[in-house]
Amino acid sequence: MIDLASLSITKAREALKKGEFTALELTEATLEAIKEKDGEVKAFIEVFDDAMSQAKEVDKRIKDGEDLPLLGVAIALKDNMLAEGREASAGSKILKGFKSPVDGSVVKKLKEAGAIIIGRTNMDEFAMGSSTENSAYGVTKNPHDLERVSGGSSGGSAAVVGGGMVLGSLGSDTGGSIRQPAAFCGVVGLKPTYGRVSRSGLIALASSLDQIGPFTKTVSDAELIYDVIKGDDEMDSTTINDDTYPTKKSFSKTIGIPKSFVESEGVSEEVKKNFQESVKKFESMGYKIKDIELPHIKYSLAVYYILMPAEASSNLARFDGVRYGLHKDGKDMIEDYFKTKGEGFGKETRRRVILGTYVLSSGYYDEYYGSALKMKAIITQELIKAFEDVDVIMTPTTPTPAFKVGEKTNDPLSMYLADIFTVPANIAGMPAISIPSGFSGSLPLGIELLADLGREDNLFRAGKEFLGE
Amino acid sequence: MDREKVLKLANLARIEMDDAEAESLSHEFESILGYVSEVKSVGVNALKSSKEDLALKNIWREDKDPHESGLYTEKILELAPEREGDYLKVKKIL
Repeated sequence: MIDLASLSITKAREALKKGEFTALELTEATLEAIKEKDGEVKAFIEVFDDAMSQAKEVDKRIKDGEDLPLLGVAIALKDNMLAEGREASAGSKILKGFKSPVDGSVVKKLKEAGAIIIGRTNMDEFAMGSSTENSAYGVTKNPHDLERVSGGSSGGSAAVVGGGMVLGSLGSDTGGSIRQPAAFCGVVGLKPTYGRVSRSGLIALASSLDQIGPFTKTVSDAELIYDVIKGDDEMDSTTINDDTYPTKKSFSKTIGIPKSFVESEGVSEEVKKNFQESVKKFESMGYKIKDIELPHIKYSLAVYYILMPAEASSNLARFDGVRYGLHKDGKDMIEDYFKTKGEGFGKETRRRVILGTYVLSSGYYDEYYGSALKMKAIITQELIKAFEDVDVIMTPTTPTPAFKVGEKTNDPLSMYLADIFTVPANIAGMPAISIPSGFSGSLPLGIELLADLGREDNLFRAGKEFLGE
Repeated sequence: MDREKVLKLANLARIEMDDAEAESLSHEFESILGYVSEVKSVGVNALKSSKEDLALKNIWREDKDPHESGLYTEKILELAPEREGDYLKVKKIL
């Protein structure tokens, strides 16, 4: 019997190549683990019933000597990514029954790399949330403690890896939706530089911030999936290529720490303690630690809660019950819209669409949206300057370990504050990774490393050293 | 922010909403808007760029080389809640 818990993608690929087990056996073990664990965790919305036949095909290809980076490895998709012939709901009732007519760009690339697409994972509706409690398909629990949340919005994709069900998955990250659940579920989560991975076929939340990235157990695996899915794409005009951001300097093993930001109000003692231990660990490996001042970074979350709802209110206007998804009948055309959106959108979605409508409305546009864009530019410049002296900037990933189910659902602002350390990377478009850094009791904790635009290599290097890879 | 204002915004966004939800949202918006308003208070106007300079810009491709006509028509139309032949069907507007 294959022990999934001790496997990484890299190890599984070696074993498949050597013939230690077949893709069929690996897929069988994966389905078995899902059956055993997902009843309580509820991370999958759907496990695709053709996984075994996909695996059989792969075994033929392995036998023929084919060698691809993900050949035979099962990858789970967040439910906001399109795969041909499969449903995709973005955790929303409004997309009920929608089946994608095409493969999104990342799915195309995963298939080209030989991956078995195993299923779609639960998420906060339209990726709006930090706990996967806002899904129309129920709450995804934390595999380390079933009374607690898995984080969000990609909670399902984090829990399937953290719960030992699959070896890798994809999530999307608009303000921390990969890194925060990665920290809560004890796995590695990477948000690449804005534009590094095509968003074509990703159901949009906030298009200037959204980015797809992997969940894995190791940094090497995250790099492997990143290498598969990155690249410019004519279907997404915001994609960048290898030369967009020039390599600036060699790696000097220097980590910047914005001390006053790390000690923000609301950061728990256990997180602070774990963070200090992580700093010491880096020091013991020969890293230099540099205190840095980032006076404007604390405004990132406020900027985020203007830009994101503004873009979301515009992006979500497309769900009208005419072309696909839910349709609710009213007395006339316009009432059809009201009923479809009123019933199709969940509470948090309605909250953000209306907030976005407000900040974009005449008379408030300059005050909110205009100011937020300016602050975004100030924060980005501040970070670019900081990276002249350091390779990465380190903070905790989250201010606390995973909170209890229901704990923050009636206090949206306190839920929003769970993203305080992750949001700056999206505001500045920079790459960031969350790496497991220990536990508080049974609950995993994570540190976040942030790098300059296009410098994922720095994240992989420091991350691998930290995890001893 | 009050209930009436929330209902007006919901109307603009074409979302059906009852009074109770509008009332509760209006209180939440007070605290959220209070929090995000800090971006207005920290001298962002020192930055000289205009918001037009700062916003992302669309990059257009040449409008050429379309895919074969009709390739996706059926796949897309079969998703429609209501259709008539190769058209999406909606209620009478005028």
